[in-house]
Amino acid sequence: MTGEPLLSVEDLAVRFDTEDGVVHAVDGISYTVDRGQVLGLVGESGSGKSVSSMSLMGLTAGRRTTIEGRVMFEGRDLLTLPGSEVRAIRGGAISMIFQDPLSSLHPFYTIGRQLIEGVRAHQDGVSKKAARERAIEMLGLVGIPDPRGRVDAYPHEFSGGMRQRVMIAMALVNEPKLLIADEPTTALDVTVQAQILALIKRLNEELDMAVILITHDLGVVAEIADEVAVMYAGRIVEQAKPEALFEAPEHPYTWGLLRSIPRLDTPRDQELVPVAGRPPSLINRPSGCHFHTRCPYVREAHRRIDPPLEPVALGQEDHVVRCLLPHETRLELWRSLESGADAAAAGRAAGTEVTEIKA
Amino acid sequence: MTADRQTPLIEVRDLVKHFPIRSGFLDRGKGGVVHAVDGVSFDVMQGETLGLVGESGCGKSTTARLITRLLDPTSGSIRFDGRDIAQLSRKELKPLRRDMQMIFQDPYSSLNPRKTVGSIISEPFLIHGMEKDDAKRRKLVEELMDQVGLNPEHYNRRPHEFSGGQRQRIGVARAIALKPKVVVADEPVSALDVSIQAQILNLLRELQRDLGLTIIFIAHDLSVVRHMCDRIAVMYLGKIVELADADALYGHPRHPYTGALLSSVPVPDPVLARERKQTVLGGDVPSPANPPKACRFHTRCPKAVDGTCDVDEPQLEVKEGGNIAACHFPLADAEVAAAVPTSEV
Repeated sequence: MTGEPLLSVEDLAVRFDTEDGVVHAVDGISYTVDRGQVLGLVGESGSGKSVSSMSLMGLTAGRRTTIEGRVMFEGRDLLTLPGSEVRAIRGGAISMIFQDPLSSLHPFYTIGRQLIEGVRAHQDGVSKKAARERAIEMLGLVGIPDPRGRVDAYPHEFSGGMRQRVMIAMALVNEPKLLIADEPTTALDVTVQAQILALIKRLNEELDMAVILITHDLGVVAEIADEVAVMYAGRIVEQAKPEALFEAPEHPYTWGLLRSIPRLDTPRDQELVPVAGRPPSLINRPSGCHFHTRCPYVREAHRRIDPPLEPVALGQEDHVVRCLLPHETRLELWRSLESGADAAAAGRAAGTEVTEIKA
Repeated sequence: MTADRQTPLIEVRDLVKHFPIRSGFLDRGKGGVVHAVDGVSFDVMQGETLGLVGESGCGKSTTARLITRLLDPTSGSIRFDGRDIAQLSRKELKPLRRDMQMIFQDPYSSLNPRKTVGSIISEPFLIHGMEKDDAKRRKLVEELMDQVGLNPEHYNRRPHEFSGGQRQRIGVARAIALKPKVVVADEPVSALDVSIQAQILNLLRELQRDLGLTIIFIAHDLSVVRHMCDRIAVMYLGKIVELADADALYGHPRHPYTGALLSSVPVPDPVLARERKQTVLGGDVPSPANPPKACRFHTRCPKAVDGTCDVDEPQLEVKEGGNIAACHFPLADAEVAAAVPTSEV
């Protein structure tokens, strides 16, 4: 990867002004995506993972929305471009797929017509006939059997997995350089999910298309991401290559995510250690470290000091974390947690204080 | 209470549920049927957690609703505590409902938004005419709230004031209020955030231990099912294709469908994810309105043999390692080892 990244998000903040107060949905996040790279954005509901990526495309704009920061794509700031230029990029060089393919497709039009519209909106002087051929080609590419026979079918005539393929075909008709996939497999069955992930990975490799994959599922990220960012309360709290993130995670929230899912590659009787409590309000955010209200390893200072996102240790610049605990303590805590200990036992082993968090 | 896992509490035999397809009043009766559940038989032992797993349309939720008699079976029998309940009338069912409760998937739509939490959890007592004394009932409800991890001071709050995880706790409290013998949990955590799922799963296990509950646990998430269940039935298009103890099912699945399911589960370990050979099934689950002939899985099965699997329907029988599977060409140990992350062969 040489030169400029394809996409560079700098200090992006998104706030919604509501009757209850200002919601800080995204609170100053920065990341880059290189050509052909797959970035996984992981988080739970309300972590800001979807809002942050929809804002890249101007999809959250509104009278009561404030968007700040810079989103540099091929040398231009998407946030200051005039609407017509953003529309040209949206569905062209950057396209999106969403979780629910049925509500993203127009039920009254054949999928062929919807695909053709996508081609002709972005490429001048393409005849209907040529656009139709392109649509058929794309349907074949994403694995729809008999694309020529299916191009005139309506969305309801397809199964969930096939609809998601149609959505991907639609996202790809203009050969985007960046695909933003927001929970693309969450509504699908596990065997179909495996097909769709394999398809996204193949297209990423064959077309050198970069992907931002937004998901709550750590397993999905481990399957295909080159880089993973974990989001909590509107911020990135940890970011690393998947090998580092899954092998030696350093944020207590990442530990919580990893230890609260039953997984097929650990002993069946291993106890789950849930993250206690619940996500904070994004209107009245906790002081200091935003995770301190749910962190068993909280210390007094953590309630006041807001930790910056910084390298976990000297010489590990590509693994960053937002945590005030010492690096060595974090490593020891995870070692215990990984082998099945709960927070209290892990704290004892690492010689650090543990606070009980009420549910 | 001692759990005796040798005695069946529920015996399901040849259970069938067909839903007629209505295609408008002019051509009524021509629509055919959806074979939602098509002849399933299994036992649920006293005190165990039996998992029903499969993809959408496999009939797992319909099976659950038949057992709890929220749906009427087309045919077949359901013996509960020695008595066939498949054909009982609504009135005859009422006392039975005390012993069988359900937890639903969506904690948003399964709680009445106009009622307070206290009255939602009190309702089972009122319906069954138990604990008529208001003060005593309130005390019981507060104890239940405490037991499932809710603050009893929130007795007068309404569901919208609670998060998804807390709402699911309300659903659990309502389900265990009358000390049922069996709880049917239909995808109890799939609507919840990852960090909250574990709270509810731990709660269910704790309650099972403390109350000696028998649980029928329905889920599509194979990792969750492995964690929760003693025995597991894998369903595909209305039929059970494999039934085994959890260790046997995950250690050495015999049905190619079980193998493919386990192989498809993403594992949060990038190294393992890269190294394993995934069995990616082609196509989608066929329509249950028109299921494939003979073995219903033959259209997607990597091991299907023409002339056998599409002609001759395999029966459930004991395979190597003790798994019960319906397959002419069950997976061999080498195939399991290559594709299944939990393989123990």
